[in-house]
Amino acid sequence: MDELGAYRVLRVAAPDAPAPAPGQFAMLAAVERWGGGDGERPYLPRAFSIARRLQGEWHFLLEDVGPGTLRLCELRPGEALWVLGPLGRGFTAPSDGRRAILVGGGVGIAPLAILQDELQVSATVLLGFRDRAHAQGAALLDGARLATDDGSSGHHGLVTDLLSADIARDPHAVVYACGPSAMLEQVRVICERTATPAQLALEAGMACGFGACFGCVVPLRSGGYVRVCLDGPVLDAAELAHVDAHAGSPA
Amino acid sequence: MSTVSFCGLELAHPVINGSGTFDALAAQRVFGEELRAAFPFAAYVSKTITLAPREGNPPPRLWESAAGLINSIGLPNKGLEGYLREDLPQLHELLGDIGERAGERRRVPLITNVMGSDAAELGALVEACEARAEIGAIELNVSCPNVETGLDLGADPAALEAVVRAVRELTRKALIVKLTPNSADVGACAGAAQRGGADAVSLINTLRATALAPRREDPARRPWLGGGSGGLSGPAIRAVALAQVAAVAARVSIPVVGMGGVQCAGHARDLLDVGATLVAVGSESFRDPTAAQRIAREL
Repeated sequence: MDELGAYRVLRVAAPDAPAPAPGQFAMLAAVERWGGGDGERPYLPRAFSIARRLQGEWHFLLEDVGPGTLRLCELRPGEALWVLGPLGRGFTAPSDGRRAILVGGGVGIAPLAILQDELQVSATVLLGFRDRAHAQGAALLDGARLATDDGSSGHHGLVTDLLSADIARDPHAVVYACGPSAMLEQVRVICERTATPAQLALEAGMACGFGACFGCVVPLRSGGYVRVCLDGPVLDAAELAHVDAHAGSPA
Repeated sequence: MSTVSFCGLELAHPVINGSGTFDALAAQRVFGEELRAAFPFAAYVSKTITLAPREGNPPPRLWESAAGLINSIGLPNKGLEGYLREDLPQLHELLGDIGERAGERRRVPLITNVMGSDAAELGALVEACEARAEIGAIELNVSCPNVETGLDLGADPAALEAVVRAVRELTRKALIVKLTPNSADVGACAGAAQRGGADAVSLINTLRATALAPRREDPARRPWLGGGSGGLSGPAIRAVALAQVAAVAARVSIPVVGMGGVQCAGHARDLLDVGATLVAVGSESFRDPTAAQRIAREL
């Protein structure tokens, strides 16, 4: 476990695990003391994007925001962790010579790190955070331009301000985004307006991660629902009418 | 762990799944050959099939509660025709080839769960299942609210007996009635199912429950779940399940499938010891897709 400003990076030994694709996720639960926290929780495992694969380890970006994430943040070196993954469908590499723009917000920057590692081309990286402590998470990626809500690091405002300006400068791009639902919705709107292809890594309340519970659905523009765990978490922004403000996992 | 005879089906062990808690076709997509090699259940119960397709409830559909889970999924399914045409052949293929080694593979019987709002709808579903050899048994989900009374169909013993009797005549396959725990007297409902001609009863379904949106998300404190209210499952309901299974087993002579909050062999043993013939694992499979296999091994 490494400290990274307001976040922690959990490193899990996974020497024999299949290589995750950027954007895939895993379900995590502490083997001991998973439960009995605030409100007799956590009960369900928690879904996390795989942030990096390095030297036989998977890295996860954690922020303590509830009983599940608190327990994971308290893991000590060598403690047993239950891991199911890699799960879901990840990002698709850019085509047509488009450049890649990576847009992340808060703890949602995680899947963009492994994406940057594996992209064959250099990408523009735009990251947004609440404040300076959270902005230290930007060290997970190389060469990020920052925005903070309080103006303590980089642009004083939203990361989507940076995105609008960057697309205007050179619109032949594809956008990869992960972050809070309000940010993703704004990314979706900007990309729709500028006809820029975008792939959004979504978060959804999820009990299982492998299609059993039908809990993590999002509505499609064409009607009906898809399960984020099976058909996502990365979805083409054009498939979505909006990103639901209620999206989010149990903490 | 020994083989179990249940309503004419020979099962490798007494652990099956609760309807709607394991999508075998999705699991095959995710786990591939691993699922075939170590299928966790001795019989596989489909999710609920209705006559018409259903999209299910708007999200959010889940709420993690104290030691449990409230869901408001809304029974999404392709409808009877879609199930028979698309899912049934795939399930038949998957379930016919289960086991560690290719030469020693067995068939896991398929139990199809159906729900209709009245005897006519349930009858149409049961008749269609009767015609398909791939289906080993039929489970009736009677937790559908009656349009006139607002009560679950399965919560009114007289109405339940009449519905079971009506569909009983339409099939020679084993008929399992999934009882609702949201009734005044689950034993009376079980007795009614038996008198109507059920071959077995299963319980408990989820307990009706709700959760309010956190104040920071909704100052008006509306229900969190898109469906308004939902059903509670998980360890939170285990003691309720044990009491209801015991009450039902004491009341009927047909086999009982017990479920509710089972997480380990000890919990399964409790249900078997109060008279259940089979035990179903539900929410625990969400936490670990191999949970039922572990429980069966340790029994």
